[in-house]
This record gives sequence, C-alpha cells and structure tokens, in this order.
Amino acid sequence: MADEGMTPWKDLALGCAMTEPGSSKSFNTGDWRSRHRPVTDRETCIKCGLCWIMCPDMAYTADPDAEGYYLWDSYYCKGCGICIEECPKDAISWQEEKEEDKYGPACGT
Amino acid sequence: MARRVGLEVSLACAEAVKLCNADVIAAYPITPQTHIVEHLSELVADGHLDAEFVPVESEHSAMSACVGSAAAGARTFTSSSAQGLALMHEMLFIASGLRLPIVMAVANRSLSAPISIWNDHSDIMAERDIGWVQTFAETGQEVLDLMLHAFKVAEDPRVCLPVAVNLDGFILTHVIEPMEMPDQAEADAYLPPFVPSQSLDPAAPVSMGMVGMPEVYTEAKKAALVALEDSYPVIKEHWEGFAEQFGRSYKPIETYRTEDADTLFVTMGSLGETCMTAVDEMRQDGKSVGQVRIRLWRPFPDEDFMAAIAGAKNLIFIDRALSPGVAAGPVATEMRALLYTKGKNMFTANFVCGLGGRDVTRTDFAGMLAKVEAAAAAGNEITCEMVGVKE
Ligand code: SF4
Ligand code: SF4
Repeated sequence: MADEGMTPWKDLALGCAMTEPGSSKSFNTGDWRSRHRPVTDRETCIKCGLCWIMCPDMAYTADPDAEGYYLWDSYYCKGCGICIEECPKDAISWQEEKEEDKYGPACGT
Repeated sequence: MARRVGLEVSLACAEAVKLCNADVIAAYPITPQTHIVEHLSELVADGHLDAEFVPVESEHSAMSACVGSAAAGARTFTSSSAQGLALMHEMLFIASGLRLPIVMAVANRSLSAPISIWNDHSDIMAERDIGWVQTFAETGQEVLDLMLHAFKVAEDPRVCLPVAVNLDGFILTHVIEPMEMPDQAEADAYLPPFVPSQSLDPAAPVSMGMVGMPEVYTEAKKAALVALEDSYPVIKEHWEGFAEQFGRSYKPIETYRTEDADTLFVTMGSLGETCMTAVDEMRQDGKSVGQVRIRLWRPFPDEDFMAAIAGAKNLIFIDRALSPGVAAGPVATEMRALLYTKGKNMFTANFVCGLGGRDVTRTDFAGMLAKVEAAAAAGNEITCEMVGVKE
C-alpha cells in the first residue's frame, strides 16, 4: 500500500478521534468504482431528480448551467448502480472507463 | 483523618468510588459483584453521592453507557464478574481504543459451564488483551487503595486508558475486614476533579469511534499499544504518591521472603495471602522458599519481574484459570515466554488450582513444593498440573 496520505501514529488524535468537521468530503469513494461509470443521456432524462435523491454518495449535484439536470462527480461515485436501477426512464447506463480516465471529465453530461 | 473501620470489602469498594466522586455508575448486578453496585445505588439514592446511577438491562449496555459517559467527560465507574464481564467483551476493546478512563472493579468469578458463582480468574484471563490497565488486590485495604489509584492513573493525561481492579469473588468481596478509610479531604487531595483530555463538547466538536480504514487501523492500534506500555511509569508514580500521602506502598511486582530463596511461588490476587502463610511455615521447616505476587498484570512489568526472580533457581507459577489447548495456564505460558526472551533458563512448574471456588490451602502449597523438589532433582519440568483433581 502506498503510504501517501497516511498519518504517522504519533500524529493521530487521542483514541483516533476526528477533530475536523466534514472529513467525509475528502473521502475518495470514487476509488471503489471498477471499470464502469454511470452516464446520463439528457435526451431521455425527464429531470425527476431520483438519481440525485437515491445516490448514497451524493455524486449528483444540480447542474448550475442546465436547470433540472444533474452533474456527476467521478471523485465520489462508487459505481453501485443504484441510480441506474432507480431512473424511471432508463436514462442512465454503464459506460466502460479506463483506470487512467477514472477522474477524467464526466462524459455524456 | 482516616478512620479505622470494619467493613465488607464490597462496601469498602463502593465507599472508595464515593470518595472518588464518580459522576456516573452504569452497572448490572451479578454475583459476587452485587454488593458493590447495590451499595453504590443506595449511596446515590440516599443523596450521599451526587452521581447518575444508570440501571442498565445488561452488562453490554453497562459498558456501552460507560463509554458514552466517559466520552462526555464524566468520571465513570462500573463493576462486573464472570459471564457479565464476558458480555461486555466487545465494548471493553472500544473503551481502550477510544482511550476512555473508565474504572471497573472485577469481582473475579469462574466462567460457566458448569454454572459457578465462585472464584477463579477465568473471567479476567479471557480479557487479557482488551488493552486496559489491570491490577490485582489481595486484601480489602488494597481494593480500597487500588480504586483511588485506578482513577488517578486512568485520568492522567499521559495515560487516558480504562483500568480494571481485580478482586477475588467472595474471598474478598464478601469478607469483612478492618481497614483504614481515608476521609474526603484526603481522597480529594490525592484525586483532583476529572479534567478530560478530550470529550464530546458542542463548543469543540469531535467525532469518536470513527471507522479506521486499512490506512489508519494499524497506526491507531500502535498508538493505543504504546499508551498502555507508557502507562507503566505513571502507574508507579501514582503508587509512590499514594505511599507518601497514605503510608501504604504498592509495587508492580510484590515480593515476600525472596532473599536467598531457591524456589519462588508466583501468585496473583487473594491467594497470595495464603501462600505467604504457607511460605512462613515452609521456611520454619527449613525450606528455601519465597513468593512473588503479580500486582500489575497489564502493562506487564517485565523488568520488575525479572529482578524479583533473579536469585531463584525454581519458579512455581500458580494459575487460577485454564488456557485449553496449550501446554499451560495463561500466567505460566506468558511467564515462560518472558524467561525465554530474557535468556533465562530455569526450572519452572505450573499448577492450576482454585478453580470454581475450590479451596487452596497451605497444605496444597506444601504439596506443590514437594512435587517441585522431586521433579527438579530428577530434572523434569512440571509443564502443567491441575491440583486436586479427583480421579
Ligand atoms: S453509481 Fe451509485 S454512487 Fe455512482 S452515481 Fe450512481 S448511485 Fe451514485
Ligand atoms: S433519475 Fe433519470 S430521469 Fe430522473 S433526473 Fe436522474 S437521469 Fe433524469
């Protein structure tokens, strides 16, 4: 395991407590995704927001430039497929991704 | 001024917790611990102790409530025995992992089956690796004194760990003993109010009990391990402070007539008293025996132990619990490993006795010595022998 980002044991807070709020923001759940990412077809999307509601890792956020649509975040999407399962219009589908493109620009949005 | 009182040891233990001004007591009654928490609940109900008594529905809940209350910055006490301690098992690791200074009196009792309410050390030996400081008392006075010491050590900012004080069920808990009871001012002088090193405080929020991913778990465990090892000088320091203030001194390893003794008994807990008398008798018979008592079990004081046994030829390890499937009882197994790592090659014998409340008498110790003399002369180790098994 690369020790990048690891904390020396002497620097841990007492009892390994978390002393900074909002630490989950820095947690890269996108690292769990394996070879596939969910991609939304905006032609089919009816802006119901179910993907945004159901995503357990809050990988969807409102698109400030296109009202009603959602942006997908490669850093947080863990690839569970819940959004694909829940979308009432089957507007989201798996697309293969290469490991080196994992955090590349979200396609299809 | 300290008073000389005659008191049941369980009640003295509860009175010591009162002297320590515990804020929260969460406990579930179990024989032979019952009188300790019963008396504490009386002290709280009658207004003698300004504390929250949480009458939980199980020992698992008791330790869970203690974890919460210590995390909130309250001076926290609990007590248990045997199956009750076993039911706390998973929470015991959490208490030490979160570095919470909970104090627990363990009224040592055998684990079922068969059901036994009587004394041995199988309950605490099953909890050896919980990461708590663990001490053993031999008398009622020691129970009282070790309770004050336990809070002092647990809450020391250099330690921040839970402490278990072990007292033998019935043999200590239910015996009335004369003892010196410090007054409140003396107790306060030794144990100032609890200032938590870290607590759940909305003004300075922290999260405790977070998930430890593989990137951090090892480091977190290392930190807790070192904390337990580093508690050793603090434990000693607070015993020295105790001796200065109260005139009663305690050591990690206690010795009795070890000078020039060829053979040493190694005991823990109240059996030490019987063994001491047996040593006196054997000395009168011209036997070259002495005794070493393990007071501090965790962190184990390697150097003190090695110094205590330095002059001996033979060691007799007394175990009050079994470690099924390995060659010897838990104490002997560990001590033999220690001797090996220190390059000390000597004759050792292991006797498991006093299980489930079976009496261990002075005659039993004499019998053990006779066997050891014969075996040592023949060059045979006594790997492990259960004493007094009816064939
Ligand atoms: S695959 Fe799972 S984690 Fe990724 S966006 Fe969809 S619901 Fe969220
Ligand atoms: S669930 Fe499907 S239809 Fe609804 S907003 Fe998301 S992509 Fe569009």
